[in-house]
Amino acid sequence: MWSRFATPMGMSRRHFMSHMAGAATMLGSSLSLGHSLRVHADTLKANRKSCILLWMGGGPSSMDIWDLKPGTDNGGPFKPISTSGDVQISEHMPMMAKQMHHMAIVRSMSTREADHNRGRYYMHTGYVPDPNVDYPSYGAVIAHELMSQRPELAIPPFVSVGGASEGPGFLGMSWAPLNVSSNGRIRNLDSGLGKERIGQRQIALKAIEDGFIGQRRGTLAEDHRKVLGKTYDLLGSEQMKAYEVDKEPQEAKEKYGINGFGQGCLLARRLVEAGVPFVEVDLGGWDNHQGIFRTLENDRLPVLDRAMAALTEDLDQRGLLKDTMIVWMGEFSRTPRINADAGRDHWARAWSVVVGGGGIKGGQAVGATNADGTEVVGEPYSSEDLMASVCQGLGISLETTFTSRNGRPMKIANSGKIIKELFS
Amino acid sequence: METHRIFANFHAKGCFDAVDRCVFAIAFFVLGTGISTHGVAADKRDVAPLPPQVEKIDKALQQGWLEADVRPSPSEDELKWCRRLFLDVIGRIPSYDELAEFAKDKSSGKKQNLLNRLLNDDRYTEEYANHWGTVWTNVLIGRNGGMEDRTLTNRAGLQKYLRDSFARNKPYNDMVYELVTATGTTKPGSENFNGATNFLAMKVNEEQGTQATAAVSRVFLGLQVQCTQCHNHPFNKWQQQKFWEFNAFFRQTRALRKYVSGTRDIDHAELVNQDFAGEGRRPEQAEIYFQLRNGVTKVAYPVFLDGTEIGKSGFVSEVNRREELGKLMMGSSYLDKAIVNRMWSHFLGYGFTKPIDDLGPHSPTSFPELFDELAKDFRNSSYDLKQLITWVTMSQPYQLSSRITNSNSKDDPSLGETPLFSHFYTRQINAEQLYQSLAVATQANKAGSLEEQAKRRDDWMRQFVIAFGTDEGDESTSFNGSIAQSLMMFNGELIREATSIAPGSWLQNLAQQKGAPSDKLQHLFLAGLSRRPRSEELNIANQILVARKQDVGGMLQDMWWAILNSNEFIFNH
Repeated sequence: MWSRFATPMGMSRRHFMSHMAGAATMLGSSLSLGHSLRVHADTLKANRKSCILLWMGGGPSSMDIWDLKPGTDNGGPFKPISTSGDVQISEHMPMMAKQMHHMAIVRSMSTREADHNRGRYYMHTGYVPDPNVDYPSYGAVIAHELMSQRPELAIPPFVSVGGASEGPGFLGMSWAPLNVSSNGRIRNLDSGLGKERIGQRQIALKAIEDGFIGQRRGTLAEDHRKVLGKTYDLLGSEQMKAYEVDKEPQEAKEKYGINGFGQGCLLARRLVEAGVPFVEVDLGGWDNHQGIFRTLENDRLPVLDRAMAALTEDLDQRGLLKDTMIVWMGEFSRTPRINADAGRDHWARAWSVVVGGGGIKGGQAVGATNADGTEVVGEPYSSEDLMASVCQGLGISLETTFTSRNGRPMKIANSGKIIKELFS
Repeated sequence: METHRIFANFHAKGCFDAVDRCVFAIAFFVLGTGISTHGVAADKRDVAPLPPQVEKIDKALQQGWLEADVRPSPSEDELKWCRRLFLDVIGRIPSYDELAEFAKDKSSGKKQNLLNRLLNDDRYTEEYANHWGTVWTNVLIGRNGGMEDRTLTNRAGLQKYLRDSFARNKPYNDMVYELVTATGTTKPGSENFNGATNFLAMKVNEEQGTQATAAVSRVFLGLQVQCTQCHNHPFNKWQQQKFWEFNAFFRQTRALRKYVSGTRDIDHAELVNQDFAGEGRRPEQAEIYFQLRNGVTKVAYPVFLDGTEIGKSGFVSEVNRREELGKLMMGSSYLDKAIVNRMWSHFLGYGFTKPIDDLGPHSPTSFPELFDELAKDFRNSSYDLKQLITWVTMSQPYQLSSRITNSNSKDDPSLGETPLFSHFYTRQINAEQLYQSLAVATQANKAGSLEEQAKRRDDWMRQFVIAFGTDEGDESTSFNGSIAQSLMMFNGELIREATSIAPGSWLQNLAQQKGAPSDKLQHLFLAGLSRRPRSEELNIANQILVARKQDVGGMLQDMWWAILNSNEFIFNH
């Protein structure tokens, strides 16, 4: 479907065939084994890029975290503090304050989708919801584009930890996220059967599966076969050890925080180290229509601060941050005006996202909002622009065009413009 | 038969028992013939005439195919059509015996006869009610409804209400009225129990009842208004004022928490109407306020979407706002269109609009005249859902094969094309259908009451639900063709049980029956896929049997695993 690369089915098929090997001797010559392809994994490893999206479901309040307005009616009680970069952030993010030289805040996001579902879709895809076209989300796009850097990868390239993420759209179900909880446990991995037995079953399955596809029953039937291939790959792979976050030393677990998001970020680091190109980690609870300051100070910000700082520091210390982008965002932000329930409602017109690693120039704030935080001052940036910038940071060409099966060309990141200050 | 030649080396005898029930039935399967492409039956001598809506649908679609220059696929094989009908009408695949019963019917009205059995035979009342109760529970409260922390929703209570409604074939409009106006408690067995209260129980207390506003308008009227809560929407005719006027209907309603005595644990909730003072504290004229984006504050009173106003009083004794809303909804043509669209999409994979619950003027509509007429006809049929099911399932588009041909390959709504329904759209069955299908195919459905079965299924379902954690209760499912689903189908407990060959299991029983392995394999394929095995499949089964030293049970187990894991099984096609 993408014009630049053929779908890398070859690997799935190769693995599929190797699982068949035991059974094939039984079945005689009807199956021929795929030709195993040797790759120079180490040289590819040196250049491979990854992305970790910290998804803040519900819409966190920029004005209380990254773009404070002390002393104004809208400002709320939190005070800004200085950081290791040339920016100030909330006093309740003290650990991140020490990592801000790696991170850039884009304070001039301005979007129009203030409904959760629409906003989540738009920020994940760069497209507003369209009943007629199902667009692929960040994880599917990036996994698809970066797979060629890691032909040895046998585990799913798009992982969503603790949340649903968004789907693969027209790229098809074989690019869907593997949803896992933050303890890294994946259900139903063990069949309790020997290799030969599994191989026999898979041969029988293949016959039924292929027969159905041969009857032209639509693309879903073909996607099903691709997903089977990816599942076979995963089942036989040593790389699944990356999910064993429990095996991390206790001090590492505590550094990230003993909670879902903390352990999810630790799992994300392990997955990136194993070569997974895209991991999304979900932290919900930002839909603070009431009692926002108490919730942020006592609950959400301490969790976020600890995990995000630990992840940034760890990636940096391991030399991975230059090739790994961290993206922090939610579907929108919250109203500058504080409502009658001491909460903030949905606000998409002026807000912040944070990016770092992967060649991003850290320690800076790009763009600004006006004195009361209601409007962007200067050039506003969109989901498309952010996505284009992430692609740039990951070395994905913005000339990449997808051609859907009906021949309609669609540019990656919906023709967004690179936010230049991030790379200067 | 070729089948038996291939299997001749299974047994030196190669014989099978002619009076064996299974073989007897197969003889009938073989005789099945194709059906006419025009409607259900060309020869209607021994059949009640089809309702005129069937012809109406056929004509409109045929005209559409002509104009779009596509040709419909041929009719689907009858046994596969039978599988399709079972899945859509009662939520599971047919058992082997049910397939045989269908195949045995030689009349030209066999399809109608089958539909009549599923809709009206006492044997199926429970399953019919259970299936539609499940479908509507998911529509009304989602798959996560009732599972939230400190929830006020009693999922079983809603299911019970819905099951009872569908079992009695309650007119659709009555059901909607009851759900919108319900008062009482949420939990079965509690005093003043009314399961219908569970639709709104979690949608009225928070955020001024905006969840109730959005859900009632979307589900029952096909109008998406949630975006207009905060601002006028550029491409939605319904503006912010309308949203709050509609919202005003829900402002007398509260869900009261009832605690387990002596604790702060919520036992259940009671949905009540209370006098509403209004935000201006004048109950005789209870108004609400909302703010435009430019900061200007506006006032709203209850006004229906067609502009009809009701009394402004907030006293329940003077104006019961939800009851007034219910009555106004009963007169709206959106009520009719929303349900026709939902049912059409249920059976044919896509609605007349995309998405099905967005009938706003900005949504392009396919077959608009047909859509209008069916909506009117449904109102005139006294909202009889079984009638509507008959119109759709007996019409030509529902008979068509899901095989795409060269002359209709451009009819692909997944590419954003307007659906023409010139072939059946292959789609994945949902997790509930899988569960029920396995329960029947493996005869694991005998244990426990309906409530217990529903609870077991809901517990199993939870692994697939991913909640987004927003106030709207949005959610997603991982039973969507993903790797997680594949892993469950490979190795999950449900599949292990379904493929068990322990003593007393259905596979073990099948293995021990009289007859050749080939017959038993046919039984498996018919039970799972509603077709006989192909020669290459028989061939593989044969080789597995050889490799497993003639262990028929083991061979059946492997083949059944393969059938369950196939695309052909997991899709409704």
